[in-house]
Amino acid sequence: MKVFFLLLALAGPALAVEPSEMLADPVLEARARVLSKGLRCLVCRNQNIDDSNSGLARDLRVLLRERLTAGDTDAEAVQFLVNRFGDYVLLKPPLTLSTTLLWFGPALLILFGAGGYVLWWRKQPKTPASAPELTDNDRALLNDILSPKDPS
Amino acid sequence: MEAEIGLFALILALVVAVAQTIVPLIGAYRRNINMMNFANQAAMAQLLLIALAFGCLTYAFVISDFSLLVVTLNSNSQMPLLYRYTAVWGNHEGSLLLWVFILVIFGAAVAVTGKRLPATLKARVLAVQAAISAGFLTLMIFTTNPFARLNPAAIDGQELNPLLQDIGLAIHPPFLYLGYVGFSITFAFAIAALMEGRVDAAWARYVRPWVLAAWCFLTLGITLGSYWAYYELGWGGFWFWDPVENASLMPWIVGTALLHSALVVEKRQALAVWTILLAILTFSLSLIGTFLVRSGVLTSVHAFATAPGRGVGVLLMLALVIGGGLTLFAIRSNRFKNRAVFGLVSREGGLVLNNILLVTIAGTVFLGTFYPLIIELLNGEKISVGAPYFNQTFGPLMVLLSIVLVLGPVLRWKRDNLKASLLRLRGPAVLAVFGGGLVAAIYGPSEIFAALGLGLAAWLVFGSLLIYAIRIRLFKSPAARSWQLLRSTPRAISGMVLAHIGLGLLIAGVTGVSAWQQERILTLAKGESVEVSDFSVTLESITLLNGANYRAERGQFGIYKNGVKILEISSERRFYPVSQRVTTEAGISPRFLGNLYIAIGEESPRGRWVVRAYWHPLVLLIWIGPLCMALGGFVSLSDRRFRIGAPQKARTSRLKVAS
Repeated sequence: MKVFFLLLALAGPALAVEPSEMLADPVLEARARVLSKGLRCLVCRNQNIDDSNSGLARDLRVLLRERLTAGDTDAEAVQFLVNRFGDYVLLKPPLTLSTTLLWFGPALLILFGAGGYVLWWRKQPKTPASAPELTDNDRALLNDILSPKDPS
Repeated sequence: MEAEIGLFALILALVVAVAQTIVPLIGAYRRNINMMNFANQAAMAQLLLIALAFGCLTYAFVISDFSLLVVTLNSNSQMPLLYRYTAVWGNHEGSLLLWVFILVIFGAAVAVTGKRLPATLKARVLAVQAAISAGFLTLMIFTTNPFARLNPAAIDGQELNPLLQDIGLAIHPPFLYLGYVGFSITFAFAIAALMEGRVDAAWARYVRPWVLAAWCFLTLGITLGSYWAYYELGWGGFWFWDPVENASLMPWIVGTALLHSALVVEKRQALAVWTILLAILTFSLSLIGTFLVRSGVLTSVHAFATAPGRGVGVLLMLALVIGGGLTLFAIRSNRFKNRAVFGLVSREGGLVLNNILLVTIAGTVFLGTFYPLIIELLNGEKISVGAPYFNQTFGPLMVLLSIVLVLGPVLRWKRDNLKASLLRLRGPAVLAVFGGGLVAAIYGPSEIFAALGLGLAAWLVFGSLLIYAIRIRLFKSPAARSWQLLRSTPRAISGMVLAHIGLGLLIAGVTGVSAWQQERILTLAKGESVEVSDFSVTLESITLLNGANYRAERGQFGIYKNGVKILEISSERRFYPVSQRVTTEAGISPRFLGNLYIAIGEESPRGRWVVRAYWHPLVLLIWIGPLCMALGGFVSLSDRRFRIGAPQKARTSRLKVAS
């Protein structure tokens, strides 16, 4: 059994944020939780450090909490990490020249969509396609049907 | 032996698929009915051959034939029987085979059920389907042969990733694939229509059931996946905006747009070109959803079945299908002329608005998913786009969509008066404002988003019910007459109402759980308890147990409410020795629309266990909503109109090839 626990301890990277890392001050801890949800675990595949089980994510969580305890504001604490790891650490990329299209893309899509639609709509004929002219055969047939028949 | 039979069946299927691509196309061109009918037999032959191959691979997994590479890498003799079945598609090779299997099932379904289809259209649809099948069979046989032997054979296998050893794997991928692959039929119809040079109401009516079926399956697949992640990952997340999830969401959103635009083609013979484009896009996104995430181009936490290195073949296939489809579209689409007339304010106009918004939403997801890749290719900059971006962009777009969604169905076809139609909506509007206001009044201004979300949910639910009220002339006609009208309501309308209500429920669920979820993360010793919501959770015992291929530590929790024990929940932490992995089995107790969610963690320090206890209010709506949508789809599918014949030719003459 002892071996089993040892294995569990070795193989078991803890699940996301751990009680041992958490700060005693609930306000500070709440801030840390919010911030860490927006920070990327750099070695993981697309996870934030709050959810990640990796050792690096743990280190970042601890680091973030150290900064907050030292009296950093939210922005300062995040900036501290950005200075070390670059914008890559931010799950919400800041608006820079290269992310312009990312942030304004949705609005552009709507504008293009709506604009294109209105332009297309204006070009459409405003009257339904008229029915083709009746042929002589059709007229004869109609006359035959519509004219009162001789009672015979 | 089964490996050789399986591989041989795959090779034969490839030969049949190639023949099924070429012969019916020539037949359709020459108006040769025998050559066209060849497609029917070929489709059945493909189905039999792929079923045989799939059976062979399943057999290899079930008997644990470790002379097969795939089996050795993904299965283990100690694994329970169910997981040896599901392990068949828990890897790249096997999942590709499942994908092709479903593809040929759909192909055969068209061959069998498409008796009323015009002969040339049917031949072309089956030929396009066979071309896709031939492409993927080539890929499979030459790059990812599931029947590759391992020499010498292994004594035992590595096991399937323990996260996948779950009933979730049995049902989530098959449903997802039914959805993805179902859109291949729509794609084939679109390509065939481009070849034929005509799209009419009849075409739309043939296609709509397939769109609807694929959409329902995809809805179910995504929902099941979300629920699986929720209970398996151990902390109750249900959507992570991960590339793999986004990849499944994009075809769903564009497929939803397709569902609605095909309606306009069917009823009013307008938007035909746009619908064809959507059909091509939906399947393209499905392919991206299945394969791009495996090619190693994008990284994802879901990368269970990656095949980096073999990505080139996959990318080539994607380029062929998507590029070929779009090229054909570019060449032929100007031959279709739109002759139906409608005003900006009309049912058609509402559906166009729905399409613009849905495509924008899909485009936003696409941007967010691929932007880091594009930027890195362009200037080497590494950025991340995660949940915060998606929440910020997706949210407002969803609000817009939800507002329009209620307005659309009360508009009349052709043209309507905006003021009059808005007046029709005063009931739901009042209820929505009242609902949102009530939330704001109870919880204060800090919960403004919750008020907004629940208000929106009320708007969707009541606004959708309004369609019934208007239809049955509620309070305007005698009750007996209303009852009669209710009973004669076409199922397609009930389906729509259900699906729209489903979106409202989903929004309510997401809002509820984001605004009011409670979380306690701490260590407990035996006998200690923690309060979450109005429950008191006591750690009563820790027991060790041996599963089939794992060992587990099980925490037994007593749940007390007002000092009275109401139930027990157990949660396990499992260790899988073969793969040296630990998983968490959360204990979940559904309450009224909420979940009490408990997960046990490691023992640290000695005698104390990490416990995560959550209260997730309204969380069940997150899955009930989409289930409602899928149910709505199936109800629609059972509508009489789809069972009886397509409309007469005379009604379809509005839209003709211009040339």
